[in-house]
Amino acid sequence: MSGNEAMAEAAIKAGCFFYAGYPITPQNEIPAYMAKRMKEEKRVFIQAESELAAINMVFGAAAAGVRALTSSSSPGVSLKQEGISYMAGAQLPAVIINVMRGGPGLGNIASSQSDYFQATRGGGHGDYFTPVLAPFCAEEAAGLVMLGFDMADYYRTPVLILADAIVGQMMEPVVMPAKSDFKKKLPAKTWALSGAINREPNIVKSFFLKEGGLETHNRKLKEKWETIKNNEQRFSGYKTEDAKYLIVAYGSEARIALEAVDILRKEKIKAGLFRPISLWPYPEAGLQKCAKNIKNILVVEQSLGQMLDDVKLSLPGKDIKFLGKTGGGIPSVADIVKQVKKLVTRPT
Amino acid sequence: MKVKFTRPISLKEANTHYCSGCGHGISHRLVAEIIDELGLREKTIGVAPVGCAVVAYDYWNFDVCEAAHGRALAVATAIKRCKPDNFVFTYQGDGDLVSIGMAETFHTANRGENLACIFINNACYGMTGGQMAPTTLVGQATATTPWGRNPESKEGWPIRFSEILASLPGVAFAARASLSSPKEILKAREYIKKAFTNQLENKGFSIVEVLSPCPTVWQKSPVSAMKWIEEEMVKTFPLGIIKDK
Ligand SMILES: Cc1ncc(C[n+]2csc(CCOP(=O)(O)OP(=O)(O)O)c2C)c(N)n1
Ligand code: SF4
Repeated sequence: MSGNEAMAEAAIKAGCFFYAGYPITPQNEIPAYMAKRMKEEKRVFIQAESELAAINMVFGAAAAGVRALTSSSSPGVSLKQEGISYMAGAQLPAVIINVMRGGPGLGNIASSQSDYFQATRGGGHGDYFTPVLAPFCAEEAAGLVMLGFDMADYYRTPVLILADAIVGQMMEPVVMPAKSDFKKKLPAKTWALSGAINREPNIVKSFFLKEGGLETHNRKLKEKWETIKNNEQRFSGYKTEDAKYLIVAYGSEARIALEAVDILRKEKIKAGLFRPISLWPYPEAGLQKCAKNIKNILVVEQSLGQMLDDVKLSLPGKDIKFLGKTGGGIPSVADIVKQVKKLVTRPT
Repeated sequence: MKVKFTRPISLKEANTHYCSGCGHGISHRLVAEIIDELGLREKTIGVAPVGCAVVAYDYWNFDVCEAAHGRALAVATAIKRCKPDNFVFTYQGDGDLVSIGMAETFHTANRGENLACIFINNACYGMTGGQMAPTTLVGQATATTPWGRNPESKEGWPIRFSEILASLPGVAFAARASLSSPKEILKAREYIKKAFTNQLENKGFSIVEVLSPCPTVWQKSPVSAMKWIEEEMVKTFPLGIIKDK
């Protein structure tokens, strides 16, 4: 199945009760899949009139206490930022999938990783973050959607799945995980709107007009972001133990980099790959440990260099090289191999 | 002594933040009275707008959800679909419902969502200091139409949105009432009750537009604001039931 379908089925398995979305390539397989499966499961599917409507429907579904999902691609996710900001403020859990394509503007429909800044820096207005999980294959995409729902419910926050067109479109065998690897017990949604029976009314809101009210609220949110930073840094490494040349890449680009590592190893060049899975929080502790004794670091992205900032922030003082292509350009295995070889010949 | 008039249970005891003579308080009360009357308080989920009524939850004594400016009906759509046994309504101003939220309003109505929508038409943007709304009358001065709204200057005409919505098959009930006199308030009450019972009977989308005084922006006394509704507003926005399916 495609990465898009794997994510959709994973949402069904995770008990997602509500889906709303608006068509946009390269993620159209998700709404098509959900339209069918949600009906079979007697759950709710709505083709919304816009991404604005879709995310605000997800806001409502989350406020009503059910698991809710929306999916889109870059231009559509820009429209969703209003709702995501409101959900972060109102502490509503949901999963938002972005199958990235080229930008800015209408850009094109080729794979891209150029929404990294938007995804990892809040994206909408206000002082907030959302956890961002980036899959590199269809099966991992399924697992991360499940994890996303658990994290969203546990921390009461929207969670972003940042996939790219290659991950979304690629067809491959998938062993659907039964559930996510999230270990913590999920709290009851006592805050949800269900009718004020035998309790005071519940209010879902992000508005704090009284003096100092928003500051207190935002500081509470900040504590939550700090907890997430401490608990949820995720990454994976490949041949990093003895590596002298470290490639840092995520999503489909990490998959390309894996092959480059194998080719380089065959040529006795000790390359390794560090692959962030959570892009926010950035797995800086893992990267620092991994890169401790490595001088040569190469960041590879399908962008002009966005994750590059986080690598630099994680590894101050290190000389970090960058290889990127934009607008649908994809750094290939050969590109990466060539770039690493340049580092090898570089006088140290 | 017999008590004849009390505060509905669905209304909290609170000091109002609305200006004197504002219509929002009356509409809040009507909503609360009817929810009490229909025994819906413990099933109700209200959706509040962005506008002067943004903190409606400070007054209503039932579950309330915030919605971003204009998106109340998208939020309400999802709540009702996920919780069909709950009673769900939105309460929105003209800027919220007809301008920034026009797409959400139109499509929610077109889907025939089983919702009730209370549409407060005060012919202006109250919260942001009295700018032109889509419902501002021709000739009416606002902060952004200082010489009066002029269609000749491409400022547009007041939109009769309830009539437009009534043309959609998904709309079960559309009516326009006014808060300008006790008699008209009782009509508004009747229409809102009809919209609410429609939802209980699964009839689809119901909208009640309420012509509501905003003395502050209109720069009128509360009494002359009521008079202005009766003498001017109703010429553009005729009262009565527009559709009852
Ligand atoms: C996205 C966005 N744009 C603009 C605003 C500013 N704003 C707040 S209320 C409002 C208009 C309110 O007018 P209306 O809906 O008619 O309600 P009223 O205040 O008159 O009751 C505007 C433009 C906002 N909060 N959010
Ligand atoms: S500005 Fe107008 S609508 Fe807003 S509270 Fe005052 S009178 Fe009411």
